[in-house]
Amino acid sequence: MNQLINVTLKVNGTEVSRPVEPRTHLIDFLRNELALTGSHAGCEHGVCGACTVLVDGEIVRGCLTLACQLDGADVVTVEGLTESGAIADLQTAFHLRNALQCGYCTPGMLVAATAILGQQPPATREEIREHLSGNYCRCTGYEAIVDAIEETAKARAAGRALAQEGA
Amino acid sequence: MKAPPFAYRRASSVADACALLDAHGGSARILAGGQSLIPSLNLRLSQPELLIDISQLAELRGIRVSATEMIIGALTRHADIERSAEVRARFPALADAARQIAHPAIRNRGTIGGSIALADPAAEWPAAALAFDMRFTAVSTQGERSIAATEFFKGLYETALLPGEVLRSIHVPLPAAAQRAAFGELTRRSGDYAIAGAFVTASVTGGWLGGTRAAFFGVATRPLLAARAMRALDGSAGDAAAVAAARAHLEADLDPIADLYNSRATKLHLAGVLLARLVARLAAPGG
Ligand SMILES: Cc1cc2nc3c(=O)[nH]c(=O)nc-3n(C[C@H](O)[C@H](O)[C@H](O)COP(=O)(O)OP(=O)(O)OC[C@H]3O[C@@H](n4cnc5c(N)ncnc54)[C@H](O)[C@@H]3O)c2cc1C
Ligand code: FES
Ligand code: FES
Repeated sequence: MNQLINVTLKVNGTEVSRPVEPRTHLIDFLRNELALTGSHAGCEHGVCGACTVLVDGEIVRGCLTLACQLDGADVVTVEGLTESGAIADLQTAFHLRNALQCGYCTPGMLVAATAILGQQPPATREEIREHLSGNYCRCTGYEAIVDAIEETAKARAAGRALAQEGA
Repeated sequence: MKAPPFAYRRASSVADACALLDAHGGSARILAGGQSLIPSLNLRLSQPELLIDISQLAELRGIRVSATEMIIGALTRHADIERSAEVRARFPALADAARQIAHPAIRNRGTIGGSIALADPAAEWPAAALAFDMRFTAVSTQGERSIAATEFFKGLYETALLPGEVLRSIHVPLPAAAQRAAFGELTRRSGDYAIAGAFVTASVTGGWLGGTRAAFFGVATRPLLAARAMRALDGSAGDAAAVAAARAHLEADLDPIADLYNSRATKLHLAGVLLARLVARLAAPGG
């Protein structure tokens, strides 16, 4: 039963190769093998969203994905999004709006939000709430999180409109 | 919790997956999107010895339309169905339903085939399959066979799939011009499994309903067609009197089981509320 599977995948732009036990979830692989502890493990059965990461550009549950399935995949975590500056505006908005208290849910919120930030026209509050229905926050009451995402979505849409006018 | 240990094989084709299933008897399970299987492993509700991963078999993914049907590969994800222009144009009720399944991150991995094979009584796709009179193609080392949705859902998480079979595709008959369909569900929180949900389809000609099919989920140990209610609606205009008559049959048609929050009576009531709403939508001029 102690089968090990060799996987090679990209994590935050860097290629990594590791032998993994089949039962290792992506979230544990990231946290324990690669010391990328930004993504959190909460419920471990798909309900809370704390483990949300990007696989091949799409948000998925890190606790419901096996590392051994991801040979050749492109994984991006909150660390990767932070280092590249891809969500600097969103992080500033979270900070200014007090959209985090204990911070446990925050990495999942940020990563989940990336999937609707590019929307044109920008996502409405209702769409943001619906989109985040699978991300639980036990502290903030969500209002500030929705505020921060809405503000960022609007600013990005306006920025793009400006850039297009200029072009 | 963490999953117990298991072995893992990546199937190279559907035939390979079938051969692996045969070789390992009842101790192996197919892994598709993993969005139900992995939680059940994490909670240690199931302990298979081997997972046969079919998630990378491109031959099982995609939506195509023939002269008579829409064919959905078993590995087509909920998100693919949600975004498909083809589904939106021909079966808007299915596109609407896809958006109600779990949350975006789960829809990016969970598949329609996994949902049908699992047969959760509160899931959307099994009930949709009954309402739209779908058929499923299953393959094994013995060959392939086509199974009607109406013959498929046997009981709680119990289907007509045999141990060595892999579900390959879902076949949806193309709607006749007069066919209308409506979908609705009631949940505690967006993305939760439904307390009660339904799909109603009917051909509406000159305002009269015919060939009505009303499939419910969350109100029995399996998805069900409400046969008596359907008969009560046929030949009617879907008016208040016909709906009241149909609702009166739901107690005999359905068999809700109380959950943590909702009694049997509540679930029956909600099924009736849904039926009234959906029939009103079907019968509305231009609906
Ligand atoms: C928090 C949460 C909320 C959810 N909410 C909903 C909801 O509201 N509605 C809903 O419908 N679902 C819901 N789901 C479940 C989700 O839709 C799953 O994606 C789906 O039920 C199973 O599909 P899968 O591809 O993930 O299958 P898997 O988990 O991989 O497999 C499920 C079962 O089907 C078998 N199987 C899979 N594919 C095949 C095949 N092609 N042939 C033969 N056997 C196969 C597997 O062996 C396993 O027994 C939810 C899940 C979570 C975690
Ligand atoms: S830890 Fe993955 S959803 Fe809660
Ligand atoms: S800030 Fe504490 S869970 Fe969201």
